[in-house]
Amino acid sequence: MVTVTPSRVEEKKTDTISLTINGRQVVATKGATVLEAALSAGIYIPTLCYDPDLKPYGACRLCVVEIEGMRGLVSSCTTPATEGMVVHTETARVTKSRRITMELIIANHHGDCLTCAVNQQCELLKIARYLGMEQEHIERLRKGTQVLPIDRSHPAFERDPNKCILCGICVRACHEIAVVGAIDLAFRGYSAKVSTFGDKPIIESICKSCGECISRCPTGALVPKWEKAPVKEVKTICPYCGVGCSLYLGVRDNEIVSVRGDPEGATNKGSLCVKGRWGYDFVSHPERLTTPLIRIPGTSRKLGQDGQLHEIFREATWDEALELAAKRLLELKENYGPDGIAILSSAKCTNEENYVMQKFARAVIGTNNIDHCARLCHASTVVGGIAAFGQGAMSNSYRDFEKTDLFFVTGSNTTECHPIIGSIIKRRVKFGGAKLILADPRSTELDEYATVQLHHKPGTDVALINGLMHVIIRDGLENTGFIEERTEGFEDLRQLVEKYSPEAVETITGVPQSDLEAAAHLFGEAKSACVLYGMGITQHITGTDNVKSVANLLLLTGNMGREGTGFSPLRGQNNVQGACDMGALPNVYPGYQKVVEPAVRMKFETAWGCELSDRPGVVVTEVADGINKGNIKGLYVMGENPMLSEPYLEHTAQALNKVEFLVVQDIFLSETAWLADVVLPAAAFAEKEGTFTNTERRIQRIRQALMPPGEARADWEIISALAERMGHPFGYESAAQIMEEIASLTPIYGGIRFDRLDQDGLQWPCPDSSHPGTPYLYQDGFARGRGKFHAMDHIPPAESVSKSYPLILTTGRILEHWHTGTMSRRSGVLSKLRPEGAIEMHPSDATKLGLIESDLIVVASKRGQIEVPVHITEKSPPGVVFMPFHWHEAAANILTSDALDPVAKIPEFKVSAVNAVLAVLDRAAQDNAFLARLAENPAEALKDYNLTKEEKSALASGDIRKIESWLGKLDERLRTWLILRLSQEKW
Amino acid sequence: MANPLVAEDTQAPVLGREATIEERLNGILSSYQRNEDQLIPILQQVQLAFGYLPETAMRKIAKFLNLPESTVFGVVTFYAQFRLVPSGRNMITVCRGTACHVRGGARILREVEKHLGVKPGETTSDFEYSLETVACFGACALAPVMVVNDKVQGRMSTAKVRETLGNGSS
Ligand code: SF4
Ligand code: SF4
Ligand code: SF4
Ligand code: FES
Ligand code: FES
Repeated sequence: MVTVTPSRVEEKKTDTISLTINGRQVVATKGATVLEAALSAGIYIPTLCYDPDLKPYGACRLCVVEIEGMRGLVSSCTTPATEGMVVHTETARVTKSRRITMELIIANHHGDCLTCAVNQQCELLKIARYLGMEQEHIERLRKGTQVLPIDRSHPAFERDPNKCILCGICVRACHEIAVVGAIDLAFRGYSAKVSTFGDKPIIESICKSCGECISRCPTGALVPKWEKAPVKEVKTICPYCGVGCSLYLGVRDNEIVSVRGDPEGATNKGSLCVKGRWGYDFVSHPERLTTPLIRIPGTSRKLGQDGQLHEIFREATWDEALELAAKRLLELKENYGPDGIAILSSAKCTNEENYVMQKFARAVIGTNNIDHCARLCHASTVVGGIAAFGQGAMSNSYRDFEKTDLFFVTGSNTTECHPIIGSIIKRRVKFGGAKLILADPRSTELDEYATVQLHHKPGTDVALINGLMHVIIRDGLENTGFIEERTEGFEDLRQLVEKYSPEAVETITGVPQSDLEAAAHLFGEAKSACVLYGMGITQHITGTDNVKSVANLLLLTGNMGREGTGFSPLRGQNNVQGACDMGALPNVYPGYQKVVEPAVRMKFETAWGCELSDRPGVVVTEVADGINKGNIKGLYVMGENPMLSEPYLEHTAQALNKVEFLVVQDIFLSETAWLADVVLPAAAFAEKEGTFTNTERRIQRIRQALMPPGEARADWEIISALAERMGHPFGYESAAQIMEEIASLTPIYGGIRFDRLDQDGLQWPCPDSSHPGTPYLYQDGFARGRGKFHAMDHIPPAESVSKSYPLILTTGRILEHWHTGTMSRRSGVLSKLRPEGAIEMHPSDATKLGLIESDLIVVASKRGQIEVPVHITEKSPPGVVFMPFHWHEAAANILTSDALDPVAKIPEFKVSAVNAVLAVLDRAAQDNAFLARLAENPAEALKDYNLTKEEKSALASGDIRKIESWLGKLDERLRTWLILRLSQEKW
Repeated sequence: MANPLVAEDTQAPVLGREATIEERLNGILSSYQRNEDQLIPILQQVQLAFGYLPETAMRKIAKFLNLPESTVFGVVTFYAQFRLVPSGRNMITVCRGTACHVRGGARILREVEKHLGVKPGETTSDFEYSLETVACFGACALAPVMVVNDKVQGRMSTAKVRETLGNGSS
């Protein structure tokens, strides 16, 4: 499979040609193949190796046609249609040839159609019938061919080479669309088959489990293990990440039985990632909450296990639960004032629900104490973006990426965290001639695609970007026209970056000068460039500065407000953009309208019929503090799990134990819900109507496919019911009706109505009902007028390494799991693919610590410690360890620092100082002072203990028997550790 | 695992061997351009150097040419000339051509297979013998033909196979 530009990247030509097919005049777009011309005219030609999204292959020979003036039969999928061509698709010769081809294919196709999982959709059978071949005939043709082993290694799908017809579609899908290249055609002749590298089981290959191959295979050779034929299909949006892929859920007996990417989906064109394809069994998981729960009076707030549920909670009716919640919240409001209550809304819930939740906080409780987990991921984007452009959202669309010449990806592990965007970048670089600069302390999959890689030290982003701008200005690559016409503050920036010479920047960031120079030139000389970033930029005490730096770079080079350019923060949660848009933030109403502005406040007071507070509320990261200080007495949490997602968990746990009244509304009994006084069971995404807004500002509809389990209800219904009990009925009947209210109060959503969202949704700003939405912002001007440069110096991270904490811990996500794992870890496939967490460490650090792969280690920071297996890999640079935060058994956030960005109040998840030690050693060291010293620093231990010559030489030579005679018997692993460790010292 | 020092010892040579594969590969690759067209020449050169294509080498070549590993594997397994396992010290080639077939070539092959316990394309576990077949060796007059390390042995019989390969092997 040598790579050529696949058709989906090619420019579409607009001019047309006309030709004659089967005596009919047909018009086709220029550049179309004969097959495409026929298909678009509604003329069927059987095909097995053709796929409209893949480049033509010409292997199956079923699509043969006769063309006047050409000798013999030609394959229509590889022959370009030309003006005046005369084509016959159904002559006797054609049919005969097709039949022979089919017979050959079927003779080699081993399997029993009746029991085949795909028999309803099998292209092979369909074509056989089309050609008039009877089932019996087919069975007769079938020779007892070789029986190849079926690959059942993957938890989600099977590969049966006996049913494979070698059409190569899976191979091309994997290379051209997913851009993974896990499989290819291998071996020859009779033994030819689709194979992984080394013909190993697929699970041992680099396969990303995206299922692109499976969804396109025309036969039963690639089939999901669990799929059943659905009774109906419901179009909806993936509930995992901010990419917002459109898909169809297949439903039967109130269960999701199949999943299919929406081929027309504006975001994903049918593709899905492993989570969106296989991650739905959480919806009908037996642990779903099905009834309200009330804490049994007198039980202490602690995390429980499954069996203990009935010792801690009693099941309650909605009446009881709502009554209790309403009564207690009113009491708290009465006793401590409205600001004594705080509310956490949710980036997993719909826009309508976030809107209703913030209205509940503001109108019913009377406080602006409402926030959600965007604080923990992109608060700095909102603040920094507004400061620079007047708007904190992504300025462009995925479709801009198809036009981008240069991608600058920083602090984003795009292929794992936003897989579909990751594939676009890979496609553009591999097939479309785009270039990529990658700046990240860690190595990621995109490294292989990067023209320049910048592996800077964690927390040095401002210095790095200042350095890039230094070179750009020094070499005259800035866009002077753009700077003059559309920006302000350039002079300050120019002066500031003067001192960020490549030498100076190398000292701070560790990035070689030549790499910095190369990157600056690539960026400065690109026709159109985008910066894509994730939490590697935002989760720092300098998060806001980092975001402003990104903005500086874009303004400096004029890469804003044009197609193919722009500012692309990649938002994490499926609806984190929407939750921000809806004003689930302590300082703004929906549409970023400020609570401190009297005119705005008056508008909302009129609409909601009550007085509103003008004091901005507290942010998520201040809630724990507020509780500990006694300012916040009541907490209402919807669909969030601060007990795993907050930094410095110990601190959060203390607070949640202390709060007077805690209501948690969720689909599962999360770590946080276990501590609640009242638990309210919510409906999952597939059980309700509403909208999500993805990272490119696209508002898309989710639709109800299932009935919620038991008594569970949609979040907006629960909040409305509670509001009603508290004397403030909202009177909502449907999500659509809520959206009408949103539109009436939120200018950027002004034109959004459910019935306008049926196909692709709409991108805000969409001010009125005839507006088509806005794919990219700032074409004619920035939201704040001129774009503003911010001159900023490098500020080192809050924590740095020390002798006791010599490693930097940085946290993040992995492809197969989501956030705190509440959903993904309840998916059979996802949890089988990645059952447990591990901390990644560079081989050089591992050697220093005497660690080998999979050793259980104790990792500790000033705040706490966890035990976790180590994974030794060069992906982490020396001195930096990486850990995902999905696992409650080894919760990374026990360790993380709660140092905050002063403006955006986002915690510095990306830099915490830690140490690591082999777990058995840690335990042994607890009751053996000598081992403890040895673990820390063997050379010093030696000095301290004033050892005899004999003892020294025993240590130096790793004479375990002797050492054991002083220390007592050692654990097996400890012995090997000791020998390895001692052998490194110079004695 | 009883004595950790031993474990360490056995590790050292392994590391050493990997390092030389690495070095020799780098040497070979340095004389080629990073161009897909160079895949087959590189594979040939590497096979010449190692006698087969080690997995690490294929991975490295894939990386060098910026090709998916699966694609390199696909090409390697497509061509009969490439070997995925080291070849044995002795190469046995049995002819499958028409002339040899007519005169009992299949029986010769079966005998060799039985004797060595391997199929064509495989190597005995002691790396003493590798077995391969050819379409026609061009010595049809001597059919059936078997070649042992470039030495053509004509008019083979099952008895002659046993004699050539010795009795006690594998
Ligand atoms: S599931 Fe995705 S990555 Fe895996 S082989 Fe199929 S297309 Fe390739
Ligand atoms: S597995 Fe399916 S898609 Fe892949 S080559 Fe075989 S038949 Fe085609
Ligand atoms: S990329 Fe994101 S939205 Fe798309 S399927 Fe994967 S998790 Fe879902
Ligand atoms: S579809 Fe044209 S050759 Fe297969
Ligand atoms: S057929 Fe065997 S040598 Fe020609």
